[in-house]
Amino acid sequence: MKKLINSPESVVKDALAGMALAHADLITVHYDPDFIVRAGAPTKGKVGIISGGGSGHEPMHGGFVGKGMLDAACPGAVFTSPVPDQMLAATKAVDGGAGVLHIVKNYTGDIMNFEMAAELAAAEGIEVAAIVTNDDVAVKDSLYTAGRRGVGVTVLLEKIVGAAAESGANLAEVKRIAEKVNAQGRSMGMALTSCTVPHAGKPTFDLPEDEMEIGIGIHGEPGRVRMKVASAAEITEMLATPILEDLPFASGDSVLAFVNGMGGTPLIELYVVYNELAKILKDKNITIARNLIGSYITSLEMAGCSITLLKLDDELTKLWDAPVDTPALRWGA
Amino acid sequence: MRITAEHVIRFVEGVAARIKEHRDELVQLDSAIGDADHGINMDRGFTMVLEKLPTVADKDIGTILKSVGMTLVSTVGGASGPLYGTAFLRAGMALADRYELTPAEVVAALEAALEGILARGKAQRGEKTMVDALGPGVDVLKEAQASGEDFVPALRRSVAAVEAGMKATIPMLATKGRASYLGERSIGHQDPGATSVFYMAQVMLEIVEGIQE
Repeated sequence: MKKLINSPESVVKDALAGMALAHADLITVHYDPDFIVRAGAPTKGKVGIISGGGSGHEPMHGGFVGKGMLDAACPGAVFTSPVPDQMLAATKAVDGGAGVLHIVKNYTGDIMNFEMAAELAAAEGIEVAAIVTNDDVAVKDSLYTAGRRGVGVTVLLEKIVGAAAESGANLAEVKRIAEKVNAQGRSMGMALTSCTVPHAGKPTFDLPEDEMEIGIGIHGEPGRVRMKVASAAEITEMLATPILEDLPFASGDSVLAFVNGMGGTPLIELYVVYNELAKILKDKNITIARNLIGSYITSLEMAGCSITLLKLDDELTKLWDAPVDTPALRWGA
Repeated sequence: MRITAEHVIRFVEGVAARIKEHRDELVQLDSAIGDADHGINMDRGFTMVLEKLPTVADKDIGTILKSVGMTLVSTVGGASGPLYGTAFLRAGMALADRYELTPAEVVAALEAALEGILARGKAQRGEKTMVDALGPGVDVLKEAQASGEDFVPALRRSVAAVEAGMKATIPMLATKGRASYLGERSIGHQDPGATSVFYMAQVMLEIVEGIQE
């Protein structure tokens, strides 16, 4: 294992300390329990927006704390859900009297820890609502699985819901918008290489030099199928088709197209994928009204990408365009 | 048989040591069907439990177990944190203010722990989880209690049932937790959570056998 770390034990805290120094104007980092909170929190009268999850997906979620997006983020150990103490402390820190929304990705551990935190916060008189994202079409949503994983839509949802809260929407309204984003978005990812969890010291899975995995999760969970590496055009088709068929997206739809890097893939390749995606969507008479290209929900150093499509309407487009000022996403600010 | 707070503390210390010993094995099992962190997270949690243990060592058994549960919830993360945390919390609640336990009370606490896990994780038996190991073990103890069997042989049979339950997870199709994402590819691998349950059961038997001697 080759990594720019001091030790596997200190990697999360060392990175938090770096973030705190780099973005002191936007965020404050609390330790024990660990959480990142927007500078000046709580915002009185505003619904607080919190997310959290295992570390190793940077910039998600800590990089999205700031005006117009998250009020706080709770980082767990690498690829491990944070614990209820963190969510409870963060919930209290951002509660401006209008309630708090927890944004939770659909993983068994995240769900249970956020549930325990919500029970504890409710016991302290804070109104908490939760949205669980589950947009990964690689997983069958059935009685026989824990349900679809929450992936790329989480990033878009945090931005859009953050804008809604900033505009003064109440908790019920914020939750309605969150549900709409989750319902209208779908994702799928692929890997060219594995990732290595610092504690584990070796790659999570073995992927031969000439093979790729389609339908991979953001923790290196195996996907739908393993096959020989194909061209960007073929890979994009393999990701886009299940996404388009699932919602389903239809001719005349307007979408936000999000091409995300898994952490080890350069931007030049993401633009190649975006170009292929644009061709596919054009053929289907689907308009890309907005786009986001870059590494925003990553899996350590894994090479690969994910595609997320979110069906837009006027309400979601307006909220997407609203100003945002965070370490990782910034416009109009 | 006198089961005292000191035995409970030795059980917790024994579990911490057994988990540390099998840390890499639990990681291996988890990397096959999960996210390769079960051994790491449990070891981190029980290391913190050991640090906190002296602060409650002179308290009643309920308080000791509740402290273990709270520490696990606060330090393990993942699904194991809330599940094992809830298990120890519920066992502690069942044994509030007790400094000595009868075998019947031990069985009641294990039953409360199992119910806590079922409530938090919503898994049924046969879904390739820790419930598949703990459930059969608790069944044996309850049956033995009803038939008046001595505790030590009953616990031996119970731990054998836990082990059999753990091994029975190998051919199972996972339908809960992260392993369920694999669908049929989850078949052929032993569940890491069921494995850590077995190690805890083993330690419990060793402590209880030691009391008999």
